[in-house]
Amino acid sequence: MDFTPLILTLKLAAITTGVLLVISIPIARWLAYSRRRFKPLIETLVSMPLVLPPTVLGFYLLLAFSPDSLPGQLLENWFGIRLAFSFPGLVIASVIYSLPFMVHPIQSGLSSLPQSLQEASKVMDKSYLTTLLSVELPNIKPSLLTGLILTFAHTVGEFGVVLMIGGSIPNRTRVASIAIYDEVEALNYHTAHQYSLVLLALAFGVLLLVYLVNGGYLKRFWQ
Amino acid sequence: MIEIKISKLLQGAEGTFSLDIDECIPPGQIITLYGSSGAGKTSLLRIIAGLINPDIGHIKVNEQTWFDKTQGINLKPGKRSIGMVFQDYALFPNMTVRKNLIYACDTSRDPELVDRLIEVVELKQLENRRPNTLSGGQQQRVALARALAGRPKLLLLDEPLSALDAEMRKKLQDYILAVHRQFDLTTILVSHDAGEIFKLSDRVIHLEDGKVVNNNTAVEMFSQRHLSGKFQFIGEVLEIATEDVVSVIAVLIDNHLVKIIVDEQTAAGLSLGDRVLVASKAFNPVIKKI
Repeated sequence: MDFTPLILTLKLAAITTGVLLVISIPIARWLAYSRRRFKPLIETLVSMPLVLPPTVLGFYLLLAFSPDSLPGQLLENWFGIRLAFSFPGLVIASVIYSLPFMVHPIQSGLSSLPQSLQEASKVMDKSYLTTLLSVELPNIKPSLLTGLILTFAHTVGEFGVVLMIGGSIPNRTRVASIAIYDEVEALNYHTAHQYSLVLLALAFGVLLLVYLVNGGYLKRFWQ
Repeated sequence: MIEIKISKLLQGAEGTFSLDIDECIPPGQIITLYGSSGAGKTSLLRIIAGLINPDIGHIKVNEQTWFDKTQGINLKPGKRSIGMVFQDYALFPNMTVRKNLIYACDTSRDPELVDRLIEVVELKQLENRRPNTLSGGQQQRVALARALAGRPKLLLLDEPLSALDAEMRKKLQDYILAVHRQFDLTTILVSHDAGEIFKLSDRVIHLEDGKVVNNNTAVEMFSQRHLSGKFQFIGEVLEIATEDVVSVIAVLIDNHLVKIIVDEQTAAGLSLGDRVLVASKAFNPVIKKI
């Protein structure tokens, strides 16, 4: 079995999760506390990947990344980057595609914190960043964990977007889910089985971890 | 001297009403904001803290302007030198008792303050516990100590004792009195409890529907000046029983149930749950050492 699709998958999922953690916290915080009129619009945009067929997202991103389009041209002329059929392109697409899986748990975690915690910190003359890092995030650890794991698992399970943006270039964009599809098409059921089993075990493992940790089972075990 | 002259439209249970305050609070006193729920007490406290902004007006504390709409001044809550005890205590669940205090304290400027505060509110044994493992009274003490950790000049207490039983209340009232004196504070608290107000406050500001209806000492406010009884207690009417020509009223004063005989006319003016002042001239009290 060729391990590169699996390694590529894990690499893509890890980078996507890392990027999403950083950008989702401010978005989730804004969504949790803001009372702006256009908030529903932003909420809708963040949630779109949940209902949009991945191929639609992939199709538009492909058009945007293509050297014939304006954004694609700008990227290529200014930075020398071509995103279509490349690994960075996959990362950007995955970040958009998995955005709600990170934003939603963090948002609901922050919303469930009593407002007085934030206010108490404000009265103590603490900055937003200190309040976020010392009070808000440590008190929503289960939500953060849920966001991290779901994003990771969801990126591992991507197919449509990846196929549209990345195609199936070995070592570059041929992630495990695409490799399975290719192997089945080539009637290599044995290899397809191997990849599938690894993904199945991975999916089961990470979800089990979420429920064990958030249910407090691990803590009980250690104590 | 705290000078508050503000106005703000508030959303009440029966539509919007305007909170209009024009009061001066002398330093070093304990002031109680009293009034029925929805009268604007907590909102006033939060306006003083800077957590909500008034629509118009100004707040000046010792010649320093905290808020002035016309001049566009609005000092951040953290710059107002206040300590606040929230109704739900707002203790940080991820930190131990000691860490809650350290977070609020400028330990480089005041390294011994945390230890002193832990001592004052008698929390030494609990300092490494998380807030959610503590009882209500213990949490309240942590909140009180934490509010003092920033060396405030003004202490704001939002119904701090409402969730506690009578005995714990008494104890915590003593703590509040003790820290008020020790830390040289001006204290503003929101309270419904007449007994508590008697014990703690120098003055009472009575708010109804956003307006100050009375600003007086506790004794004068609740006794309405024309009684000269030496014994005065505030209680709640639990039962009214009419017997022949008199009525017997059962009144709960603190934890004590007292039966009081009144004429029918007085009884007719009372209903169950009324707050009443029970006063008696002390002609022949029996005093016994216990």
